[in-house]
Amino acid sequence: MTAAASGAPAGAVPVPADPVLAARGLSARYGEVQALAPLDFVVGPGELVAVLGPNGAGKSTLLRAILGLVATGGEVSFMGSSLPRRNPAAVANRGVVLVPEGRGIFGPMTVAENLELGSWRLGRDARERQRRMGRVFELFPRLKERLGQAAGSMSGGEQQMLAIGRALMADPKILLLDEPSLGLAPRVMEEILETLGVLNRAGLPVVLVEQRAPSALKLAHRAYLLSLGRLAAVIDPREVQSHDQLAQYYFA
Amino acid sequence: MTSSPSTILRKAFPVPAQPAPRGRLAAVAPWLVAACIVGYALVAGGYPATVVGFALIYAVFVSGLNIFMGLTAQVSFGQSAFAAIGGYASAILTTQHEWGWLPAMVAGLAAALAAALAIGYPTLRLKGHYLSMATLAIGLIVHEIAVEWESVTLGYLGISGVPPIDIAGYEVSSDRAVLIMLSACVVATALAVARIRSSRLGRAFAGIAGSEDAARALGINVARYKLVSFLLAAAFASLSGSLFVHVVGYVSPEVFSLHMVILSFTMLYVGGIGTVAGPVIGALVVSVLPETFRSFRDYQDLAYGAALILLLIYAPRGLAGLFAALDTRRKP
Repeated sequence: MTAAASGAPAGAVPVPADPVLAARGLSARYGEVQALAPLDFVVGPGELVAVLGPNGAGKSTLLRAILGLVATGGEVSFMGSSLPRRNPAAVANRGVVLVPEGRGIFGPMTVAENLELGSWRLGRDARERQRRMGRVFELFPRLKERLGQAAGSMSGGEQQMLAIGRALMADPKILLLDEPSLGLAPRVMEEILETLGVLNRAGLPVVLVEQRAPSALKLAHRAYLLSLGRLAAVIDPREVQSHDQLAQYYFA
Repeated sequence: MTSSPSTILRKAFPVPAQPAPRGRLAAVAPWLVAACIVGYALVAGGYPATVVGFALIYAVFVSGLNIFMGLTAQVSFGQSAFAAIGGYASAILTTQHEWGWLPAMVAGLAAALAAALAIGYPTLRLKGHYLSMATLAIGLIVHEIAVEWESVTLGYLGISGVPPIDIAGYEVSSDRAVLIMLSACVVATALAVARIRSSRLGRAFAGIAGSEDAARALGINVARYKLVSFLLAAAFASLSGSLFVHVVGYVSPEVFSLHMVILSFTMLYVGGIGTVAGPVIGALVVSVLPETFRSFRDYQDLAYGAALILLLIYAPRGLAGLFAALDTRRKP
């Protein structure tokens, strides 16, 4: 799981030959409204893929479509077999875990209870649950100090750490994050992105939806740029040298 | 911070999942108040005993409603339907078919669960207000059936002469015996709700209450657990309906009207939605409150209404929440 797409020739945008996640012709609708035009989307083993674009570009919809939270067209396969549609619980059971926009933490519950819910599909295996919890605390020591605290009473950054920690409790095979930096101070955001880098370097494929492109591009192996519900470009982050160049993509 | 993760020692495990620290007073106070009200009724007997008896039956009903609305954060306007099914099953089977109260109660429970399954399975996949409308409809439909199916329900006339519950040959019919039996039912109900709340099932409910999408993303089957929550609420509603007809000896469609729904909502919010003690203290206080304003005569309803509004302003999380707030304020 450590072989990233770095072996591909420089210049062309390297697309992994043996993707873990592959969407073909994936599209999404909210009722009558097409929110995402058909696109291909792949994530290779150990890759961190950024999905960039302005507000309303369809970034969140792409994640929701992968999970089957919205009505979709096309096909999504994960680790060689296709993912069920309109059954997000079953998708989660395959190890495709989403950290939703706005974090979706359970505010009235304690940090410990939130983490416990993260390992829902583990059932009653207390030892494994504790092992996973220990791993989360290694990444986010602050969560350990706040175990008994109501999750809703923590700072935005801590809540985001909890949201990621809770997702890790599910022992994901791939982690999807919807704008984890939203509403966070730049320093806190850097901290969280750094942690994602650590996770990714340990072999976990990550899909990172971000509006703040520069920080996401620092981590990403590849980036998909969405605009108005369509795929505008696939970018090799090493080729993006300047803000201007990125702006060109945005407004192209 | 994360590029050099601090080493967490083995001794850091196991990590107990501790609930949020809550004061002892907050946990005990609602039960003390409830015990005082029931104790007073036990001593006084007569009318106070009747009022408190009804309140205890409502406590069972509202505790069930609380599982669905409080723990799972769904809305149902139709729980009266399941109380009606349980109540009518008990009344009809014991008066017209000479069943014992227990088998009649179980039959009512089964019928209520079947009805809840039939309405819940298709509608619980829907979100928010669709579900509410569907539940409102079933409440009205069951009420209508109770009125129109005269050959069985005797329509508006109602069924009278329902025998009291007897336990091992002892007929529970005196004020005090009824109060003691109902108190036992309420305690058992509260214990069951507390157990459910802290169980894996309760965690699933809480997850759904927090965010359905987030719960789904964690692999929780939202539709299934909503249905389980709905069935549990219906079960308690059915039991309370059966208790009612045996205690009062009479049933009519009016008993399970929309008024019951409104009253139970009031009890749930006044007591404290989502808490174990809330429905119990809410049922008691909302039942007793109008009586304490009896001396206001014409202004009784006005005073009652004003008291409710004040309660909801100063205790927005209900009486159970109020005790908790007072308790935390006491501490440094």
